[in-house]
Amino acid sequence: MIGGLFIYNHKGEVLISRVYRDDIGRNAVDAFRVNVIHARQQVRSPVTNIARTSFFHVKRSNIWLAAVTKQNVNAAMVFEFLYKMCDVMTAYFGKISEENIKNNFVLIYELLDEILDFGYPQNSETGALKTFITQQGIKGQWPLSVLPLYLNLRFLCSLQTKEEQSQITSQVTGQIGWRREGIKYRRNELFLDVLESVNLLMSPQGQVLSAHVSGRVVMKSYLSGMPECKFGMNDKIVIDKQGKGGGTDDAGKSGKQSIAIDDCTFHQCVRLSKFDSERSISFIPPDGEYELMRYRTTKDIILPFRVIPLVREVGRTKLEVKVVIKSNFKPSLLAQKIEVRIPTPLNTSGVQVICMKGKAKYKASENAIVWKIKRMAGMKESQISAEIELLPTNDKKKWARPPISMNFEVPFAPSGLKVRYLKVFESKLNYSDHDVIKWVRYIGRSGIYETRC
Amino acid sequence: MPAVSKGDGMRGLAVFISDIRNCKSKEAEIKRINKELANIRSKFKGDKALDGYSKKKYVCKLLFIFLLGHDIDFGHMEAVNLLSSNKYTEKQIGYLFISVLVNSNSDLIRLINNGLKNDLASRNPTFMNLALHCIANVGSREMAEAFASEIPRILVAGDTMDSVKQSAALCLLRLNRTSPDLVPMGEWTARVVHLLNDQHLGVVTAATSLITTLAQKSPDDFKTSISLAVARLSRIVTSASIDLQDYTYYFVAAPWLSVKLLRLLQCYPPPEDGALRSRLTECLETILNKAQEPPKSKKVQHSNAKNAVLFEAISLIIHHDSEPTLLVRACNQLGQFLQHRETNLRYLALESMCTLASSEFSHEAVKTHMETVINALKTERDVSVRQRAVDLLYAMCDRSNAKQIVAEMLSYLENADYSIREEIVLKVAILAEKYAVDYTWYVDTILNLIRFAGDHVSEEVWYRVIQIVINRDEVQGYAAKTVFEALQAPACHENLVKVGGYILGEFGNLIAGDSRSSPLVQFNLLHSKFHLCSVPTRALLLSAYIKFINLFPEVKGTIQDVLRSDSQLRNADVELQQRAVEYLRLSCIASTDILATVLEEMPPFPERESSILAKLKKKKGSLNVPDIDDSRKNMNGNGNVEHNNNSEPNDVTTKSPASVVADLIPTNRPRPTSASPILLSAGIMSASHPFTDLLNLNSPPATGGGGGGGGGGRGSGSLLVDVFSDLSSQAPAPAPAPAAAAEVSEENFSRFVCKNNGVLYENQLLQIGLKSEYRQNLGRIYVFYGNKTSAQFQSFTSAVTSADSLKSHLDVHAKPVDPVIEGGAQMQQIVNMECISDFTEAPLLNIQFRFGGALQNMAVKLPVTLNKFFQPTEMNSQEFFQRWKQLGAPQQEVQKIFKSKQPMDSDVTKAKIIGFGVAFLDGVDPNPANFVGAGVIHTKTTQVGCLLRLEPNTQAQMYRLTLRTSRESVSQRLCDLLSEQF
Repeated sequence: MIGGLFIYNHKGEVLISRVYRDDIGRNAVDAFRVNVIHARQQVRSPVTNIARTSFFHVKRSNIWLAAVTKQNVNAAMVFEFLYKMCDVMTAYFGKISEENIKNNFVLIYELLDEILDFGYPQNSETGALKTFITQQGIKGQWPLSVLPLYLNLRFLCSLQTKEEQSQITSQVTGQIGWRREGIKYRRNELFLDVLESVNLLMSPQGQVLSAHVSGRVVMKSYLSGMPECKFGMNDKIVIDKQGKGGGTDDAGKSGKQSIAIDDCTFHQCVRLSKFDSERSISFIPPDGEYELMRYRTTKDIILPFRVIPLVREVGRTKLEVKVVIKSNFKPSLLAQKIEVRIPTPLNTSGVQVICMKGKAKYKASENAIVWKIKRMAGMKESQISAEIELLPTNDKKKWARPPISMNFEVPFAPSGLKVRYLKVFESKLNYSDHDVIKWVRYIGRSGIYETRC
Repeated sequence: MPAVSKGDGMRGLAVFISDIRNCKSKEAEIKRINKELANIRSKFKGDKALDGYSKKKYVCKLLFIFLLGHDIDFGHMEAVNLLSSNKYTEKQIGYLFISVLVNSNSDLIRLINNGLKNDLASRNPTFMNLALHCIANVGSREMAEAFASEIPRILVAGDTMDSVKQSAALCLLRLNRTSPDLVPMGEWTARVVHLLNDQHLGVVTAATSLITTLAQKSPDDFKTSISLAVARLSRIVTSASIDLQDYTYYFVAAPWLSVKLLRLLQCYPPPEDGALRSRLTECLETILNKAQEPPKSKKVQHSNAKNAVLFEAISLIIHHDSEPTLLVRACNQLGQFLQHRETNLRYLALESMCTLASSEFSHEAVKTHMETVINALKTERDVSVRQRAVDLLYAMCDRSNAKQIVAEMLSYLENADYSIREEIVLKVAILAEKYAVDYTWYVDTILNLIRFAGDHVSEEVWYRVIQIVINRDEVQGYAAKTVFEALQAPACHENLVKVGGYILGEFGNLIAGDSRSSPLVQFNLLHSKFHLCSVPTRALLLSAYIKFINLFPEVKGTIQDVLRSDSQLRNADVELQQRAVEYLRLSCIASTDILATVLEEMPPFPERESSILAKLKKKKGSLNVPDIDDSRKNMNGNGNVEHNNNSEPNDVTTKSPASVVADLIPTNRPRPTSASPILLSAGIMSASHPFTDLLNLNSPPATGGGGGGGGGGRGSGSLLVDVFSDLSSQAPAPAPAPAAAAEVSEENFSRFVCKNNGVLYENQLLQIGLKSEYRQNLGRIYVFYGNKTSAQFQSFTSAVTSADSLKSHLDVHAKPVDPVIEGGAQMQQIVNMECISDFTEAPLLNIQFRFGGALQNMAVKLPVTLNKFFQPTEMNSQEFFQRWKQLGAPQQEVQKIFKSKQPMDSDVTKAKIIGFGVAFLDGVDPNPANFVGAGVIHTKTTQVGCLLRLEPNTQAQMYRLTLRTSRESVSQRLCDLLSEQF
C-alpha cells in the first residue's frame, strides 16, 4: 500500500508531503530528490528503488508526483491512482503548476485525506468528491492578505447541516456511490467522445512491424434522475451473435463494420455481470464528465498516414533525405495539426530543406527537421526533401538512424469503432430516449507513430 | 552577467554560460547545448576560415560543454590549430583543450607533439612554459617517450629562463612519476644537482622536489646534493642579511624551500663530513632557536610557516637520531606545543613525540612530559588528538612509569570514545603484561579492564590472562581469589565469567579453604551466571563443573543434578548437550583415579610472543605504530605508503609459517590420560567450536589416532596457540587429516545414486550444490558453494581426498578455488574423475573456511558411485536371455530380497532404474510387472557388462533384485546401491 505521497517542483523542493504509514521516514523525501530529480543521469524508469523503498513517480509539466512505499504493491494500481489524483486536482483547480499547488495546498491535503486512507485508495470520482469537498479551487493568484479570510470561509462551508451530511454518507457508502439522487436538468443532454491514439512502427519498406490503437470513450452527461443507459458499438462478438440470432439486416454489414476489441476496462458504473453474460454495456451514469471505457485493438487498423522515407548518404559529409507522406482516408475528411519529425545525425553542420506544402525547419536544439502542415485532406500526398551537411568527426560510430515520427489529428476512429446507439431509460421521470439530445464525436490522434528510415 | 570587455572577453561564451545556468530543467539545458553544438559545427564547417578569436571562443564553448558532462567528438583539429597561433590567449586555450580532452588518438597525437616541439624549440619563454605545462598535465606515455630526452636538456641549458627551468623541473618530476623507466637521468645528474645552487629560488624549489624524488630511487647518484642542500639551507636559515625578496612569506624566509630541503636530507643518513655535519647542526639549532623567538607577526600564516619548518627539522633530527642535544631540545620544543592553543599543533606535537619516544637519547626527555600528556588525554576535546596521546603514552611507557600510565589509561577507558576503546584495551593489556613486575598487579589490571570495557576486550586478551595465570604458580591463588570477588558483582561481563569459570575450574581448590568461598559457594556463584551467558561460555562453564567434580568430590551430587537436568541433557544446542551427557557419564562411571588423570590441572603453556601485540599491529594498519622496535621516520613526503612498507614486514617476519607450525606441534603432544572413547568424540566435536574448548579437557589421548589427534590438536591449538590471526591460513595445513575431525555428512548421498544434480549439503552457513556429467569412464562434477550469510568466508579451501583403498580405483582431481567467498555469493569448483576399475567407496570433499573468526570444518561424501559410469545398452528379449544365461555362474549373480521402503509405483521405479544408468528394456520379461535393464560399466581397465532384473511383489511390498555381471564385486556393489533406492 502507498506509504506516502510527495509533490515536488522542478527544483526538487517539496510542495506537498503526506505520509500515511510509519515505515516511511522523513528522509524518504530527500532520497527521491537526490536520487531521481537531481540524479546525474536522467532517471527514465518511473519506478525507482532506493534502499528498499519504492518510489513511483509521474511528471506533470514541471511538477513531480511521487508515491512511496516499502511494501510490494501493485505498481499498476499506484500509477492508476497517481493519474486519478492528477485528474482530480485538474478538476478542482485547473492546470497542475507550482503556483496552483501552492495556492491550493489546503485543498490538496484535504483531497489526499479523502482519496487515500492509510495508504489504501478510496473513491476518487471527482463528482462524488465534489459533494463533500465543496470548496472551489483557487485558479488565479490571490493576494496573501485574503488567505486567512479564505480559510475562514472554507471552514464555514464545511459546516453542513445534519441532513446533508447523512445524505452524503448514505450516498458515498451506498450502492451507487458515483451519483446522487434528485438531479434535475431542464434539457437532458449527452456528449459522447471517442478518443483514440494510434501507434505504429513501420519498416522502411512499408511493412507494419507493430500497430495498435488505444482508445477511450469519454462521456459528459447532464441527465435528470437516475437514468439507466445502454451503450452499443460495433463490437464483433455482439454483431456476430446478432447475426446468428437471425438479424439478417446486420449480417451483411458485419463482415466489414465490426471490430475486434482485444481488451477493455470500464468505469465502475458499468454492470460487469451484464457485460460478461450478454456483452451489453449498461450503466447508471455519473453526473458530469467521466471516462466510460478504455479499449485496445490490434486488428484491421486504418493507418491514416503512410510515410515513405528515402535516405541516401553521399560520402562522409553529406546526406540526402526525401520523405513522402500519403493520407489514406476519405477525401472528404480533413486531418489537422500534422507534424513530421525527421531526425538528423549528431554531427549535422547545415541543412537545406525544400517542401511543397506546409513549413519545414531544422531545429538544432532537437537534432531534427520538423515539418508542419496545418491541414490535409484524404487521399493526398506531399513531399519534403532535405540536404544535410555533416562534419567529419573522430568518432567512428555510425549514425543509428532513429525512426521518423509523426503527429496528427483525424476526425474518425482509426480502429473502426462506431457507436451504434446510446439509449437512456428513466422510468420514474417522464422523459424518454427521444427527448435526450445526444452528441457523438470521433477524434483519432497519433500516439507513437514511427517509420524507420 | 559579468561585465566583459571587448577583445579577449569572449562575450558569446559568457552569454552561453549564463544561458545554461538559467535553464530551468535538464531538458532545457540539453536543448540549449544541442543548439550551440549545431552552431559550432556549422561554423567549423563553413567555407570561410575562422579567425583565431572565434576559433578560440568556440573551442572554449566545446570545453565548457565537455566539462558539463557531454560528449565532444569534434573540434580537436581546431584546438590543435590554435597551438600554432602566436597569441598567448589562443595558444593557452588550445593547450587547455588538449590537456582536458586528449585521448590516445594516433593522428592527433602526432600533430600535438609537433606543436609542442615547436613551442619547446621557440625562444619565447611563455610558449615554452605552456608546452611544458601541457606535457605535465597530460603526462601520457606517448608524450613521455617523445620528450623525455628533450626536457632535461632544457632544464640544464645555460640560456634557459628561470621560469622555464622551474616548469621543466616540475614537468620532469611528473614524467618521472608516471613513467619512470623512460626518463634517463644519467648524464644530467650532476647538472641537475647543481640547480640547487641556482640564483633563482623558484628554480631551486622545483629542483629540490625533483631531486628528492630521484634520490629516493637512486640515493647514491644524488649523494652530492647533500652538501649543496645543507649549504643552501644554512644560507636561508642562518644568514639574516640576504634579502630573499618574493620568497619571504610573512617574515619567514622561503619556508617551502626549507621544508623541501629538509625532506631531501631525510633521504640520507647524517653527513659524515664533520664540517658539513656541524653546519647542518647549526642550521637545525637555528631553526629551534627561532621557534623560541617572539613571533614577528600575529598572523596565523606566519606561525604556520614557521612551525612547518620546525616540524620538518624535528623530523630530520629524529631521522638522524644521532645528536642527543638536538633530540632533547626538539623534545622540549614539542613539550611547549603540547599546551598550545592550536589543536593541530598539539596533534603534530604528540605525533612527533611518539617517534621521539622510541629514540634512546630522547626517551627520558619525553617522559618528563608525561603529566601533560595524561592531562591532554583527560581534557582534550578532539578525539584524534586523544588517540595520539594514547599512542604517546604507550610509546613512553617503561618499567618505571608503567603502573601510573596503565592506571591512567584504565581510568580514561571508562569514558573513552568508543572508536578507540578496543585499541586502548589492547595497549593496556600489552603494557600490563610487558612491564608487570608483580603478577597480582597484572591480574588486577586485566580484570579491571574486563570490568570497564568488557565488550571491547577481545578474545586474545583473556586468553593471554589465562596463559599467564597457568604458567605462574605464584599468582594462581591470588587470581582465583580476585576472580571470585569480581564475580560477586550482580552484573558481570561475559568475558569475566569466562575467565572466572576457567580459573576457578583450575584453581578453585586454592581458595576453597575459606568458608566464604567454599566449593559449593563457588559453584553456586558460577552457576548463577550460567543462564545469562551465550552458548560458548556455557560450554566452558560445563567444563569447569566437571573440573569441580574432580577438585571437590563433595559437590559431585549437586553438579550431577545440574548436568542431569533437562535444560542440559536435552539442550537444543548439540555442543552443550553432548558435553552434559559425556560429563555426566564420565562422573558416574570413572573412578576417582581416572577422573583425577583426565581432569588434571593444565600444564603450562609454552612461552611465546604475546598474541595481543600481533593483534594490535594488525589493527593499526596504516596508522603510525609507535612500536617498541623503532620504525624509522619515513623518508619522503608521502608517509603512509612508505611507512607501511616499513612496518608490514616486521609483522610478517615475527611469525613465519615455519614458526607457526612449530607452535602447533607442542600442543599436539599426548596427554597422560586414560583412553576414553567418549572423550575422543568430544575432541572431534570441538573442532567446530575451537574457542569453547579452553579447558584442554578433550585433548585426546595418545591412542586417539592420527585423525583424532589432528582434530583435537587443531581444536585446542587454534585457541591457545597464537594462530588466531591470519597466520593460520598461511600455515601449510598442519593437520593433513582434518576430514576425520569434521563430521562427515552423507545424508544426501543416497539421493544422488539415481540423479546427477541437486543440493548435496546445507547448513546455516553454506549450501553445496552439484551438477555432474559422466561419459564412459570419465566424469566431471561442478560443485557450487553458496555462501548463505552476508559476511565473507575467508581462507576457503576445499579438497577432495580418497581413502587409500579407493585411490587406485578412482582418480579424482579437483581444481583449486578462490580463498574468499563474498556474502551471498556462489563459487564453482570443477572436480574431474576417471574410473580406473570398479570401486565401492566414495571420495570425501573436505571444506574449510573461516567465518567471523571461527574456523569451520566439514566433510561431505561426494556422490560418485560405480553406477555413474554406466552406458545403457539396448537389446531385445532374445539377446537378453541369451546373455543372462551366459552369466549364469553362481559368483556372477547377486540376488537380494528386500522390503520396499516407499510405496510401490511402477513409474517411479522405472525412473529410478533409468536414473541408475542402465537401459530400461520394455517387453523383455514375460511378466510385464517386472523391470529389466542392461548396461555396460566403463572403467579404464575393463568394461563390465551388467544385466538386472527387479521383480516387485505388490502384496507383500517386497522386491527381488537380481544382478548378473561378469565381476562379482561389481554385482555386489550395484546390488547394494540399487536396493537402497526402493
